[in-house]
Amino acid sequence: MSLESLKGNWLQAPKGAEKVWIGIALAWCLVLFLMMPYWHLFGQQNTSGETYRVSPEAFEARVNEFVEANRVGDHNGVPLVEPPPGGDAFLLGRMWQWYPVLKLRAGETYRLHLSATDIQHGFSLQPLNMNFRAIPGYDYVLTITPKEPGEYTIVCNEFCGVGHHMMVGKLIVE
Amino acid sequence: MNDQEGNNPERSGAGSGTEYNPPEGELAKVKRGLRSLTGGWRNCDTTGMPVCLDSQFFIRWNAIFAVIFLLIGGIAAILLALTRWETFNLLRTDLFYRVLTLHGLNMLIFWILFFEVAILYFASTTLLNAKLFSRKVGWVSFVLMVVGALMVNWIIFAGEADVLKTSYLPLLAHPAFYLGIILVAVGTLVAVFNFFATVYVARRDRTYEGSVPLVTFGAIAAAIIAVVTLLHGAVAMIPTFTYSMGWTGEPDPLWYRLVWWGLGHQSQQVNVAAMVAVWYMVATLTTGAKPLNETVCRGAFVLYILFINVASAHHLLVEPGMSSTWKIWNTSYVMYLAVLASMVHGFTVPASVEVSMRAKGHVAGIFGWLTAAPWRNPAFSAVVLSLVIFGFIGGITGVTLGTQQINIIAHNTLRIPGHFHATVVGGTTLAFMGLAYYVVPLFFRRDFLWRPLARIQPWIFAGGITLMSFGMSFAGSMGVARRTSDIAPAEEAYGPVVHFFLAMLGIGGVLAVLGLLLFVVLVVATILFGPSNAGRPMKCWGKPAELGANAKATHGRSGDHYTPGTIVLVGIFLAAFVVYYFANWSALADVWPVR
Ligand code: HEM
Ligand SMILES: [Cu+2]
Ligand SMILES: [Cu+2]
Repeated sequence: MSLESLKGNWLQAPKGAEKVWIGIALAWCLVLFLMMPYWHLFGQQNTSGETYRVSPEAFEARVNEFVEANRVGDHNGVPLVEPPPGGDAFLLGRMWQWYPVLKLRAGETYRLHLSATDIQHGFSLQPLNMNFRAIPGYDYVLTITPKEPGEYTIVCNEFCGVGHHMMVGKLIVE
Repeated sequence: MNDQEGNNPERSGAGSGTEYNPPEGELAKVKRGLRSLTGGWRNCDTTGMPVCLDSQFFIRWNAIFAVIFLLIGGIAAILLALTRWETFNLLRTDLFYRVLTLHGLNMLIFWILFFEVAILYFASTTLLNAKLFSRKVGWVSFVLMVVGALMVNWIIFAGEADVLKTSYLPLLAHPAFYLGIILVAVGTLVAVFNFFATVYVARRDRTYEGSVPLVTFGAIAAAIIAVVTLLHGAVAMIPTFTYSMGWTGEPDPLWYRLVWWGLGHQSQQVNVAAMVAVWYMVATLTTGAKPLNETVCRGAFVLYILFINVASAHHLLVEPGMSSTWKIWNTSYVMYLAVLASMVHGFTVPASVEVSMRAKGHVAGIFGWLTAAPWRNPAFSAVVLSLVIFGFIGGITGVTLGTQQINIIAHNTLRIPGHFHATVVGGTTLAFMGLAYYVVPLFFRRDFLWRPLARIQPWIFAGGITLMSFGMSFAGSMGVARRTSDIAPAEEAYGPVVHFFLAMLGIGGVLAVLGLLLFVVLVVATILFGPSNAGRPMKCWGKPAELGANAKATHGRSGDHYTPGTIVLVGIFLAAFVVYYFANWSALADVWPVR
């Protein structure tokens, strides 16, 4: 009984179905574990964790530089910016805006620098449903390759104050 | 002295008054223990076990406050559900986040912690035939916890702490918010100290023979993890508190997240360990179940202790700063050995019930033991539902979402609350509710009022939570963010179907809150007005019939390790797990390549 103390030696090897189940469960746990390194080797969706410390002011300055150099127009009042294919792109989350609107080419690979300048924000690319965090003080580099052209929405999915639900940005792929 | 429980002919047998009879040998032990009693004790009229009155006092008051916080959290829950159900979108934006903060803290921290402290006191006194180490220490803990919890509630209501339960820096709340949490954490640590001191003294004075009971063992595991957890809490909260006072500089937000989740996720492992201990306890109380192999059950608890304290990583899978190797190693709990432990418990608990039921003669077919189980007993149904929801929904989704790469398609979407409402609500909370159907009769010494309502309560709550969890998970798979008062600005990107699932969330949520309110009403009304059972055994919830030896011989098999029904159940579980897990890899393969 689980409510009474145990007398004598209760050490005992598992038997029968219990033993088999422990074996199966252990094997399954190893599969669970190995899938992650496996995907790093053979899968396409991984996060390397490439990160640099950066002060919010420095990051903002870099974003502004990037916008000035690569601006191709406007999108609802936010600069529309087309980074060079294969080059660096910058995206900044702040209350309550994603800045700027990026214009990318399908099939090209970009180094997307993601950060926040005030508090934490959540980068959630819809309708794809890819999610990353933007944390002030950290320049998070995601090497991404857009697949299908279209207009995507960036939702903020970390609570960032009363305007949080309105923090919706765009990302355009051609 | 009422010590005849074990062989009183009036009370043994089907449907009699006694819930649980310790076997002869145990009774002798209890009697021996009673000889040394001086005062401050009573004998349980139902089980004959000794009850330390100090411990009873704190069990009662911790349980009462637990239920109060559950009620606050439940009222918040209905408002949240009706807001996320986009058709109603009830709360104004700022109120939504205030209520969400209120809900997260009262539920996840206060309801759970107060109840767990009650479990610790029980497991270290009654089960060890021992007295509580110190009444004074008990008071210190209790006062700290109550003051802290009230402080947090007050500051949230005052609108000075709209930061959600995680209070991620650089978001900043009023200092009283952090101070309140620190007080609760310290109070809990003091209670854990009281627990360990009680266990130590019991061992020193040999109040019990041999090794501690399995339930106490599980409680010890929970308490050890709790210490590590609460220390993380202190490390995260103290510098944040001093920062909010303006005394020190701002802690790094990423560092804060790492340490905070050392509190936030590990405390869930405390809950898991406590919940599993409750599973074993209720299985024994309701069906007389006995673990097939104590080495296996205890070994699984040890795995929790050893491998659970790296769980913080689950929350940092899609963020800057940590290497993949670090993430993989930690999020897998060092190769999923803690998941292994849960899978082991998920086998041993039903298997022990199956063996016990078969031994009583319920041997027909594969599931005859299950259909004949004491379903009229709300504690039993609550624990079965808890096991199923925790395993099939909470466990499977948790391991999957916590996979490093799969987290990309889940992080901070509604899939996350969809997962943890199946663990800490459908699992832990429901198991604790089940236990309350014994705590009230045995420690408040009152029989439940409105017993037919009590019998359906676990089903309403479980049904609601399951529905809500599905609604959240599906909406989240379509991208809907968690912690968001209104999805209108992003609606187009999600597509119209999410409204169906958000309605499911809302309906399930309302149903779950009804189940919760029913629980609170039953408990409160019974404590206040229920018929006293002092001096007689608690009114039986219904126990499995004892069929004679005949039934055993003619209709099927039984045996210490004969568990075909459980084998089928875990087989279905594993199949569901495999399908869900690989379906998620396949969904991940569809999104953009990212490194
Ligand atoms: C009784 C029925 C319950 C309902 C209807 C309910 C409903 C909800 C809803 C709608 C949310 C908001 C999801 C979002 O927008 O992100 C939420 C969040 C949450 N709930 Fe519950 N809940 C219930 C019980 C519980 C219980 C018993 C616990 C813990 C023991 C709990 C823990 C939480 C936590 C930790 C959060 C997240 C808070 C945050 O994001 O900071 N809930 N719940
Ligand atoms: Cu934001
Ligand atoms: Cu936000």
